Amino acid sequence: MFPTDKPSPSLLRGMTQSRLGRRDALRLGGLSAMGAFLAACGVEGKGKPQASIAPDAVAKFWSGKTQSGKLNFANWPLYMDPKKPELKKFTTKTGIQVKYDEVIQEMGPWFAKVQPQLSAGQSIGYDLMVITNSIQFGQFRDSGFLAPLDHSKLPNYAANAAKSYAASSYDPGNVFSIPYASGITGIAYDPSKIKEPVTSLADLWNPKYKGKVGMFKDLQELGNFGLLAAGLDPSKSDETSWKQAAAKLKEQKDGGLVRNYYDQSYVDALGKGEVWITQAWSGDIFQKNVSDGTNFKFVIPSEGGTIWTDNMAIPVTAENPVDAITLMDFLYDLENATTLAEYINYVCPVPGAQAQMKKHAAAASGEDKDFLLSVADSPLVFPGDAEYKRLHYYVNFNTAEEKNDFERVFQPIVLG
Amino acid sequence: MDRVKRTLAPYLLVLPGGLWLLLFFAVPMVTMLSLSLQEGDIVNGFVFTGHWQNYTESLADYQTQLIRSLVYGAITSIVLIVLAFPVAYWIAFYGGKKKATYLFLIMLPFFVSFVLRTISWRMLLTDDGVLLHPLKSAGVLPDDFQVLGSSSAVVFGLVYSFLPFMVLPIYVALERIDPRVVEAARDLYASPMTSFRKVIFPLALPGVFAGVLMTFVPASSDYVNSELLGSSETTMIGQVIQAKFLSNSDYPSASALSFTLMAVLLIGVFAYARALGTEDVMKVAAR
Repeated sequence: MFPTDKPSPSLLRGMTQSRLGRRDALRLGGLSAMGAFLAACGVEGKGKPQASIAPDAVAKFWSGKTQSGKLNFANWPLYMDPKKPELKKFTTKTGIQVKYDEVIQEMGPWFAKVQPQLSAGQSIGYDLMVITNSIQFGQFRDSGFLAPLDHSKLPNYAANAAKSYAASSYDPGNVFSIPYASGITGIAYDPSKIKEPVTSLADLWNPKYKGKVGMFKDLQELGNFGLLAAGLDPSKSDETSWKQAAAKLKEQKDGGLVRNYYDQSYVDALGKGEVWITQAWSGDIFQKNVSDGTNFKFVIPSEGGTIWTDNMAIPVTAENPVDAITLMDFLYDLENATTLAEYINYVCPVPGAQAQMKKHAAAASGEDKDFLLSVADSPLVFPGDAEYKRLHYYVNFNTAEEKNDFERVFQPIVLG
Repeated sequence: MDRVKRTLAPYLLVLPGGLWLLLFFAVPMVTMLSLSLQEGDIVNGFVFTGHWQNYTESLADYQTQLIRSLVYGAITSIVLIVLAFPVAYWIAFYGGKKKATYLFLIMLPFFVSFVLRTISWRMLLTDDGVLLHPLKSAGVLPDDFQVLGSSSAVVFGLVYSFLPFMVLPIYVALERIDPRVVEAARDLYASPMTSFRKVIFPLALPGVFAGVLMTFVPASSDYVNSELLGSSETTMIGQVIQAKFLSNSDYPSASALSFTLMAVLLIGVFAYARALGTEDVMKVAAR
């Protein structure tokens, strides 16, 4: 489904900079990210409002705040072109100086790092941060650590963002955050070892691949696949269904099918033949094929896959929130969103960027043209309705107790 | 004046190190002990209850991993004694002028990061790696043969990681043996085996003890080897604590498990010292 068969030289060139670092981080933080994903799914099921804030909270936060001309941006590694063209453009246009640090590697440790300062009402030194819709997203949100967004300052977002994001379960109405990029969790396999096409989650339970199946260590990712494999809807799940999913995963583990529960290292394990079929993140497989000339396939299983989103949010103690929200909106300008997606290659939150990218491709030539076209046509960067329908968010937790219960149900599977 | 200086001198000397220990050892320890007796979650905060349920609950959930870690640690130490003693013996008694070179060679791998070396083992031992792939193609090994993911792989990694920490203390103990003592044993008609058993080995025991101390404790709490070379069947207690701290923000049970591990290791070490019967073995080891 993804143009992975023949990595063109242009692809190779475009992808020389591996984004493994970031994915490594994500994988390590996978446990937490999984939690967030699951967390995001539960909203409708629980029928409880996720983010209830006072009606005047937005006005209260933003009144008296003015642009200061500088801004500190905390992001994940390799999540923007190293030359930072978008930020340079931003400074030229607005005069705001941006200090950009790639300091977020894993959600758990990032939350643990800034939590004491935020609790004490102190600045964390950053005005804008990119956080995954993980368990920690809920912790940031519920602790009151995120500034409510003033949507009158986000006209580009309103004009260009995909409408589905406003209905997300982790931040309905985008009260505290707007997406930076999203990714898909599906199944990757090595067609040289597995001859028949893989289409379904049941393939991860296929006894033919005994000892060659990789699963994620991240509890949200693992739990979500367990729920989907057991035929349960992650968004409507509760402790009873978690236990059913855990039983399903336990059966897979006790049957000797699972080689290991991986973080980012699953890419390596797939490359070395340790696993033949594994849970996988879309972008990794794309990059692995391009950079190492492998021919791995990535599929969204018929039962469904998982979608996660990294979101831009402003810490409530930010010193330069107006500058931060200005940049947030700037990145939703059609042209800026397009160039950003051309570098990141994960799911772009701006559907209009697809047409724009094709325009860029038409203007380009040779390798660049091929590369841009392959990105613009990729269903993993611009998923269609058919793909979106099969993607589920992480299970959502309404209380810390639910989160603890969830972890207690799934953690023992990973830590045998 | 001089007298005042002389009385104060020892205190002044101990002050920097003492303060350092107080700040970065005692304070965190007390905080952790307090945390282990708290309840709650990161969003709503942890409240001190003084209940021991974090200990009983986390121990009930993760006793398998705790016992497994101790077993791995013990096997590692035993294998290390068997491997390291002959090496140390040879260097100490037959090393001649090149002793320093041999010791340097033992230490050499340690100039490369520990994690990096473990990852290299992972690459060597992997299913389709340089080691197994030729053997499988030649039909010597079955296709589904694997080394990684097993307990042996983890223990192998631990043994490799901690080898110098066993060689060096045993070497130091053997080095210190007066050759005339061994000669005396021979003069009294002890066979080489008997003189080894009755003279050399007992004199080397403090070194063995120090070696066990320096390998058993870190090997039991290690989590890198199991993480990189093991599988979900080889999870060690260090990995559980790490996951609880960093991924689940479950500080109380992570603290409780840390303290449990520390207590078990301390009891084990003291029991071992007692069993050896050398009261001042710690003192010797510390030298």
